[in-house]
Amino acid sequence: MPFLAVRKPLSKEKRSLVAILSFAIPLMIWSAVSYLPFVWHPLIKVTDAGSVDYFKANMLVPRETFEFEAEKSVSAGLDPPSGLPANPLYLPAPHEVGKALYTAFATEPRRQSEKWLHESLWSSIQVIFWGFILSSMLGIPIGILAGTFDFFSKLFEPFIEFFRYLPAPAFGALAVAILGIYQAPKIAIIFIGTFFQQVLVVANTTRKLDPALLEAGQTLGANNRSLLLKVVIPGILPDLYRDTRILLGWAWTYLIVAELIGTSSGITWFITQQARYKNFDNVYAAIIIIGVLGLFIDFLLAYFGRRFFPWKTT
Amino acid sequence: MIRLKLPDYKYQTEKVKERFSRLKRRSITMEVRNLTKKFQGIDGPVTALKNINLKVHKREFVCVIGPSGCGKSTLIRTLAGLEEATSGEILLDDKVVTKPGPERGMVYQEYTLFPWLTVKKNIMFGLLESGATRSNAESEARQWTSLVGLEKFENHYPSQLSGGMKQRVAIARALANQPKILLMDEPFGALDAQTRAKMQVYLMEIWKNIDITILFITHDLNEAVYLADRVVVLKANPGEIQEIIEVPVPQPRNPSQFITPEFLATKHHIETLIHPKGELKEVDNLNLVRMVNVKSDIGDVF
Ligand SMILES: Nc1ncnc2c1ncn2[C@@H]1O[C@H](COP(=O)(O)OP(=O)(O)OP(=O)(O)O)[C@@H](O)[C@H]1O
Ligand SMILES: [Mg+2]
Repeated sequence: MPFLAVRKPLSKEKRSLVAILSFAIPLMIWSAVSYLPFVWHPLIKVTDAGSVDYFKANMLVPRETFEFEAEKSVSAGLDPPSGLPANPLYLPAPHEVGKALYTAFATEPRRQSEKWLHESLWSSIQVIFWGFILSSMLGIPIGILAGTFDFFSKLFEPFIEFFRYLPAPAFGALAVAILGIYQAPKIAIIFIGTFFQQVLVVANTTRKLDPALLEAGQTLGANNRSLLLKVVIPGILPDLYRDTRILLGWAWTYLIVAELIGTSSGITWFITQQARYKNFDNVYAAIIIIGVLGLFIDFLLAYFGRRFFPWKTT
Repeated sequence: MIRLKLPDYKYQTEKVKERFSRLKRRSITMEVRNLTKKFQGIDGPVTALKNINLKVHKREFVCVIGPSGCGKSTLIRTLAGLEEATSGEILLDDKVVTKPGPERGMVYQEYTLFPWLTVKKNIMFGLLESGATRSNAESEARQWTSLVGLEKFENHYPSQLSGGMKQRVAIARALANQPKILLMDEPFGALDAQTRAKMQVYLMEIWKNIDITILFITHDLNEAVYLADRVVVLKANPGEIQEIIEVPVPQPRNPSQFITPEFLATKHHIETLIHPKGELKEVDNLNLVRMVNVKSDIGDVF
């Protein structure tokens, strides 16, 4: 079977190979940019200042400046500076980020009041969790009702259509004024960011249920309540589960904005703090941790999904 | 060409005649009075059904046949209560019905088993809705699965069954509610010829052995004549009853009757009703211009 066949699944080995490639390719590009001195490297890291008085060892200077100063000192018969090609601080090499990943968890916070990375992470996870759970507890039932009964659709959807265009972070100040400066306003932002989309997405999924199944239910004697509980809900459950996975991804994207509100906290606090100290390797490490965590949760949900819905052959 | 000399389709042997007179004395399970159904089309209202009058007797097998788009599905959906009649009435055991209910079972052409329920649980659905206890529903569902020969598959999901098996489950699911009438809209339309023939035999067996009245829609002439006591022929635009034919083929039926003179005569008559002579119009002829110059080593297939 070729690699490119229209709408045909790849074989198991090919699939794993391509999946590995999907991570390997960006990593290779990153490594190439970091380790091959002739790729990019717009700066020079000074190893020996020579006669240039404002150069210092380990200083990063633009290539043109370095070459200009070097020529100047050579023509003046003085000691030329020496240095190696380097990338800007904001692009650390993979091994540096790898090291930072480890040290970020292993190093004690600088100040007593500051949190360990895993504590920050835990706080972030809690914000996501509660924001998403609260949103789902309201959004999924409302979505299902709106998708089933035109009455609820007309009652909820026009307002929600309006509200979902308002960016969630715009409610930050309001959330702080009402809910204080700690976790509550952050949870509220995740909620606002998720809820309105959730209602519309779930309503749409509900509407896509094959109407013939509802008719079959009716001719078998099901009343409205049974139709809802025994036909609509089980019928949309696999799609609802998939929607929820996608929406959880959206909730994650609101995390950083949410955590900037009130007192900065969680993984966002860690990132902003490290960026302030110019520890960009730590910033990347934190970003990677968020990605890995999200991916892990999604994997977990996908795994359970296959267990929950045995009638789905795919 | 040999022209078969066929008898008049209206000719009935004494036995058949006697059976029909008994049949007509039975009580009326479903009566349709002056049923008209209009749809709001893009350019004005479309009359899908016009002045339909029909009486279906208890334990009768009625087939409805007609050209595509004549309103067969609309008729059965209205009878099931899934569409609202524009005017006219539908009576079930002399009571007017307007909403769908379990006393009118329905089987569609598309598979409408609940994909998240196993065969057994699909059959239990209606039983539980009618208030049966779980254990009663379960043992009854078992009996129905074995009646349609699917005991081995009672814990399978519909996606694991073949088309014919799915329709057997659908029939069992509808029958489990003990409906007064079973409404079937081209239930075997999606099956291959062999499975279809088997399913017809099956359905006849069920009908013989269970107290059930059947209204069956098809566009297959053989199927209609083979299964029905009476065939209702519809015509299109608007959907009206053209003729109600008493099938002169003796009961009980078996597949060897497909080539008896009375079978062929009835079939031929329905054929002329559905496709009147000279109906093939200019537009129906293939345009052969492009095909004349087809390059081929074999010039003529004859
Ligand atoms: N929901 C609807 N809205 C508008 N027009 C409809 C609707 N349902 C059916 N019709 C029209 O009513 C007519 C009858 O349709 P129907 O599906 O009952 O035909 P049918 O005899 O079952 O056809 P087939 O043999 O193809 O199944 C058609 O002209 C169709 O376009
Ligand atoms: Mg139809």
